[in-house]
Amino acid sequence: MSSFSSSFSTALELVITANPDLVEIVLLSLQVSLSAVLIAAVIGMPLGALIAVRKFPGRAIVVTLLNSLMGLPPVVLGLVVYLMLSRAGPLGEFGLLFTPEAMVIAQTLLVLPIIVALTRQTLVDLHQYYDEQFRSFRLTKKRSVQTLIWEGRYSLLTALLAGFGRASAEVGAVMIVGGNINHVTRVMTTTIAMETSKGDFSLALALGIILVSLVIVINSLVSLIQSMEKVA
Amino acid sequence: MSDKERLYLVRSSDPTPGFLSSCGSDKTTKRAGTILPLVLEDVSYWVGDKALLSDVDLKIEQNTPTLILGPNGAGKTLLLRICHGLLKPTTGSVKWCNPDIARTASAQTMVFQRPIMLRRSVRKNIEYAMKVCGIDPRARPHQLEEALAVSGLERLSERRATLLSGGEQQRLALARCVAINPQVLFLDEPTSHLDPSATRKIESMISAMCEAGIQIVMVTHDLGQAERLSDRIIFMVGGKVIETTPSSEFFARPRSVEARAFIRGDLLW
Repeated sequence: MSSFSSSFSTALELVITANPDLVEIVLLSLQVSLSAVLIAAVIGMPLGALIAVRKFPGRAIVVTLLNSLMGLPPVVLGLVVYLMLSRAGPLGEFGLLFTPEAMVIAQTLLVLPIIVALTRQTLVDLHQYYDEQFRSFRLTKKRSVQTLIWEGRYSLLTALLAGFGRASAEVGAVMIVGGNINHVTRVMTTTIAMETSKGDFSLALALGIILVSLVIVINSLVSLIQSMEKVA
Repeated sequence: MSDKERLYLVRSSDPTPGFLSSCGSDKTTKRAGTILPLVLEDVSYWVGDKALLSDVDLKIEQNTPTLILGPNGAGKTLLLRICHGLLKPTTGSVKWCNPDIARTASAQTMVFQRPIMLRRSVRKNIEYAMKVCGIDPRARPHQLEEALAVSGLERLSERRATLLSGGEQQRLALARCVAINPQVLFLDEPTSHLDPSATRKIESMISAMCEAGIQIVMVTHDLGQAERLSDRIIFMVGGKVIETTPSSEFFARPRSVEARAFIRGDLLW
């Protein structure tokens, strides 16, 4: 118990004094996760919108696949990305393995199905509501999608935050493709896992406090956005 | 009719260029590139082995407010959607006088039974409609103010459209049409969910738009409304057009057994 309390007080001290190692790890984590969510949003939102408004053969299969991929285990994804980026893999020549870029790729692939599926679901509901009015206005598909994305902006922001939550909290994929190299690819979750295995809980707890705070902030933002949507 | 609607009609005959110049108060005014008459030839609509519309032949002329009347399930809304181009008939043809112009959003528009509003302010809903319908940007501010005035929504112009009452939302749907100033306006039971006061306001707006030269084609099963608003009645039962007559004649001397029964309030089947 005394070990826990001393670790906790040291952890608080690390957070309050903004320990440089801690700050470096937090910043790298945010950089990797935010980049992944941004890339996934750029690819995923138009893709989700397209699946929502276009009818094509096999759409039901694509939707089922997307929904399944939302629960993809990060370690499996990490393994696949590792094999792709390793020297013998098809993308080995780029030398990306054990770099932050590899972690961004893994997290992008992890978050992409979430953003595509949630975007599709949001826009499908909106599309059903607006479809006849848009056709009455003779809108092109492009203009319809633009309007739907704007009308569903609050729900889509929630989808992005859900993606960010998933990316920032996962450990398996970034551990495998990043390698948890100090000052290079060490992020919050991999550091917590490593420090815990070493029995050094102070830094792990400090990062845990930040990670939990981040989750609380994300959930608060989601609630705020949902209340804004109700007013809108 | 309110003062604002009278003002709308007076301005409608203003010869200055812009939105209202094409909207003559004289009901005989002809527009350049008119899309009317609309001619339906032998139109049928099938779902599976069931015909929801059968062999409809129809001509909708200019300056003749037309109401499609009939009991529930007669195919009125379906016919309206086919006319507007939201549905394609299984067989038969729908021919506009100028098909290229008729395909544009500003030539013909539709107001639905339940108004469909964007999640933005009243003003922005009207601005959006004008933008996507290709209204000249220079004319938009004036037409926006005109639409707000005619609908009586000036005071609510910054309010979220989704927070308006049902009657106010329907007035906004009509205000969008005033701003677009189409040649033909299709209305699908626009007052079916409204109280008498809101219904009167909507009817007043529709009358003003008719007077301004917009061709109205409206679905209703309200006999009083049909008598008040129409010059011509298309009476339907069971997916068929039973009669097409001037409204005065329809109410005074209905030709068909079904029409007589409908006016009496009898069940038709």
